[in-house]
Amino acid sequence: MKQPASEAQQGGPEAAPVADAVPLTKPAGKTPGGSPSRPPLGLRLDFRTLSLLGVLAALIVVGGITKPDQFLDTSNLQLVLTQASIIGVVTVGMTFVITSGGIDLSVGAIVALASVWATTLATQEYGFAGILFTAIIVGLACGLVNGVLIAYGGMAPFIATLAIMASARGLALQITDGNTQVVTLKSVLDLGSRDSYILGVPPLVIIFAAVTVIGWLVLNRTTFGRRTVAVGGNAEATRLAGIDVRRQRLYLYLLSGLCCGIAAFMLIVLSGSGQNTNGNLYELDAIAAAIIGGTLLSGGRGTIVGSVLGVLIFTTITNIFALNNLQSDVQQIAKGAIIVAAVLVQRRTARNGEG
Amino acid sequence: MPETSRRGILFGTAAIGAGAFLTACTSNEKKDEPAANEQPVDDKPGKAVTIGFAGPQADHGWLAAINANARAQAKKYSDVTLDITEGSNDTAAQIGQIDSLINKKVDVLVILPADGKALTQAGLKAMRAGIPVINLDRIFADPQAFRCYVGGDNYGMGVNAGKYIGEKLKDKANATVIELSGPDSLELTKQRTQGFDDALKNYPNIKKVARQAADFTVESGQAKMAQLLQAQSKFDALWNHDDDQGVGALRAIDQAGRDGFLMVGGAGAKSAMDAIKADNSVLKATVLYPPIMASSAIDLARALGQSKGVSGLAGLEIPAQVTLFSAVVDKDNVDEYLPQGFS
Repeated sequence: MKQPASEAQQGGPEAAPVADAVPLTKPAGKTPGGSPSRPPLGLRLDFRTLSLLGVLAALIVVGGITKPDQFLDTSNLQLVLTQASIIGVVTVGMTFVITSGGIDLSVGAIVALASVWATTLATQEYGFAGILFTAIIVGLACGLVNGVLIAYGGMAPFIATLAIMASARGLALQITDGNTQVVTLKSVLDLGSRDSYILGVPPLVIIFAAVTVIGWLVLNRTTFGRRTVAVGGNAEATRLAGIDVRRQRLYLYLLSGLCCGIAAFMLIVLSGSGQNTNGNLYELDAIAAAIIGGTLLSGGRGTIVGSVLGVLIFTTITNIFALNNLQSDVQQIAKGAIIVAAVLVQRRTARNGEG
Repeated sequence: MPETSRRGILFGTAAIGAGAFLTACTSNEKKDEPAANEQPVDDKPGKAVTIGFAGPQADHGWLAAINANARAQAKKYSDVTLDITEGSNDTAAQIGQIDSLINKKVDVLVILPADGKALTQAGLKAMRAGIPVINLDRIFADPQAFRCYVGGDNYGMGVNAGKYIGEKLKDKANATVIELSGPDSLELTKQRTQGFDDALKNYPNIKKVARQAADFTVESGQAKMAQLLQAQSKFDALWNHDDDQGVGALRAIDQAGRDGFLMVGGAGAKSAMDAIKADNSVLKATVLYPPIMASSAIDLARALGQSKGVSGLAGLEIPAQVTLFSAVVDKDNVDEYLPQGFS
């Protein structure tokens, strides 16, 4: 690795294009070589994040008022976090891709393919490790195809990942032949049971937390993260600064594929099965959560904290609706309205805050 | 670049190894295939009949079982040739497939349309060309588009589930029931729920307290059931419309450590019947929506092609409609139905 050289090269060209593309509040604009003014704990609570927390708090109030007994309950917290964990891991990967100015429409299909590949009778013979390994390798392999098509094949991310979405779903269907593949391995199933909670925290939530922390560190505290932001801000300037933009893109889609592989394994643990219909519309949920969180769809700015808050908001809404026995028609209408409201509130507070 | 190439070799080897492993892992072949379900074929071989079969893409267990049953039934008759098309959910593609079967001049057509209303014209065209059509499960908009309709009874499925639960709970004061339905966007879900509600009306002591819609997938079954369990700390019975999503629902029940209620499933998957037979979970029964209807369709198609009636019925002609009864399978009769269970 030629760490010092690229580090020094990066500061200048990166800061310039990104800064005039987007008014940055997030940690992209570093002074070359020097340590930038990092907020305490490394967490800057900007207005966007605050407004997201406000929306989440408002939802918790609504849930607490309408269904106090069921909503404000440890088991409900475990439930909401567990249900957020799988899409949450996918969203972390998606946040990186969107930050770099790309998009990954194939995440749901990759989760489906990885989950069925890892639960065939043949794979199950290799036990816990076989399932975990297969899920991750299939995720990485799909990410690799995406990355090569986009970075070296010059295809638009939208088109390339759309194509992989179709093919991966088709392959998943071919493997399962439409059947549900039930997992019979006790070691895998046990990971999702109440007995394996660690201090009351489900293992799936721990995986989610670990992926979030690692994702946050990588995006905000590493060269890789700064290059990701730079590619999204101005790819040409980044290339001229001597950074291998194509390789960076390849790595980003690999990362998204890896997250899908992890999510597929988590889904196998949670549902005890693999099915070709798994991961339905994950791409939309992950993109929506990232955008609500404050990641720019055009690239150049990304926030893992925001994405995770976006996921939590969605999951909490679903939870409150289900606890109140509202039907899916009302749920969908209200969900759309809340997305619009959340984004409007966020914009307003952000504008006031910056102005 | 020696560094890169060494790394390349390492990665290459790892990739080939992983690839070989993964290729070996696509297999879903069972080590010992269970014997095909034996049914007495009472008719002697007659006139040779070519049956064309057009169905949607088998993207879930029930449709996969439809195709498998049609194939298996056709195989039993030495005088039947089955011309089966690649499944498609695209209306235009399915119309094209039916056209090609008409052009091949098959003797009888069995059509399970992806969308019954949208494929009415294709059915009419075949009938006008003199090819009798057997319309399977999703009914055409115009009765002239089929010679015979064979299908399940979604309303009756709900009624039978409600009756079964009602009989089990009729002596319990203030009994509560919850429902995990299929996707609300499907008409069949509305029919099933309507039947369920209507049957429960006969039992004034039973009240349905909650209903959530999953979408026939294991994943959604797990998610929605987990929410229902959180919302209802106590209830006496649960009807789940579909055994595929029931795999997820049972996972959620298991994960929440809940029991003390009666669960009834729907459709009749093998995994559900195995659980009913084992009798070690809350799942005690399932209401059939039997994919065996595809076998009946092949039987009727063969009879039509050979201009025969149905043995056991007094009428000389094949009936215009056959609606299958949604039987309730529980521990007492599970052995009888187990061979029909689909995976």
